[in-house]
Amino acid sequence: MADLLHVSDANFEKEIVQSDIPAMVDFWAEWCGPCKMVGPSVEALAKEYAGKIKIAKMDVDENRETPAKFGIRSIPTLILFKEGKVAQTIVGALPKSDIEEALKKLL
Amino acid sequence: MEDLIIIGGGPAGLTAGLYAARSRLKTLLMERLSPGGQVLLTDTVENYPGFPEGISGFELMDRMRRQAENFGLEVQSRDIIQLLLSPDKKEVVTDKGRLETRSLILTMGATPRKLAIDGEKRLTGKGVSYCATCDGPFYRDREVVVIGGGDTAVEEALYLTRFAKKVHLVHRRDELRAARLLQERAFAQEKITIVWDTIPTRVLGNTGVEAIELKNVKSGDVSRLEVDGVFVFIGYNPNNELVKGLLELDSAGFVTTDNDMQTSVPGVFAAGDIRSKLLRQISTAVGEGATAAFAAERYLENMT
Repeated sequence: MADLLHVSDANFEKEIVQSDIPAMVDFWAEWCGPCKMVGPSVEALAKEYAGKIKIAKMDVDENRETPAKFGIRSIPTLILFKEGKVAQTIVGALPKSDIEEALKKLL
Repeated sequence: MEDLIIIGGGPAGLTAGLYAARSRLKTLLMERLSPGGQVLLTDTVENYPGFPEGISGFELMDRMRRQAENFGLEVQSRDIIQLLLSPDKKEVVTDKGRLETRSLILTMGATPRKLAIDGEKRLTGKGVSYCATCDGPFYRDREVVVIGGGDTAVEEALYLTRFAKKVHLVHRRDELRAARLLQERAFAQEKITIVWDTIPTRVLGNTGVEAIELKNVKSGDVSRLEVDGVFVFIGYNPNNELVKGLLELDSAGFVTTDNDMQTSVPGVFAAGDIRSKLLRQISTAVGEGATAAFAAERYLENMT
């Protein structure tokens, strides 16, 4: 899915913190069932908000630095960024409509 | 107008959907997230028959969904705002509009119960967890506490020993409720220490969990245990928000049904964890889902 970005420790700063538009990162891992419950919503939202909000996923198994920096100890965690700063953190699986409500506040 | 709307996509809902689709009922299954339900919180399911080596929770639910869809079940991701239930008219109000149906099967399941103690909410996601498979890997070589004494608590404590260097299992009684096999495994696991007759009273920490305050229910002694994670498995609350005041519930809030899964409103059935019953398992949920679908079909036949 072209609209959904996969970020790593290496490009997190550039892609998310320095992003010109607001961003949301879905911290997930292959081992996490509930992550797979929000995955499809995140993908759909990436399409719907393309160009307005940068939506990305980060695999916490392959990237340890960024999750540690944000104190993530539960997944799925969604972090919403505005001008490089954390605007909201959502812990746990929520329905798409709830995630969308949070996204709208970024615009 | 639908023949049948199923609310909830766990084992009970997907099985009801499988049977209804095979009966060629015009059926819609609505799920607020992706299908799977609480099984997705489980790493390996060991007690569902047919899988002698065990099966991952995700794999099992993915198979159940595909099997139901193979027979034509339609699964939609919808958030339900309200239900209107009467013997003659049943309506589902969703975020994407209203739908009328001739019958309903409720399989909304249950949600892990919270401790309801100081610090728990503030530190959720920062050390307080309700899902060992999701969060266990964050605790490599750390020390954690598991609260509870039933099957889930003991299973998850055992699972956490793969990562944590030490697991304290805190239980309010002097014996576990978990299946004997699980108890034996826990007693044999060197990384697990059981703290008997004890309840948690506070979760402590600034930006993340640093410790938990415990109280011995027999002596009244209060102690402090330094841990990095607190995993809570103390039972479930029914997801009954949509049906409160509309259907008969038991004293704990679970939906009461007759032997054929019919609730207090004709044409409305319930199956799985949301139902008032003795045992909440995948194996019981699927049986109830099948019964509910069959009963719904019979109800629809008698309507006309």
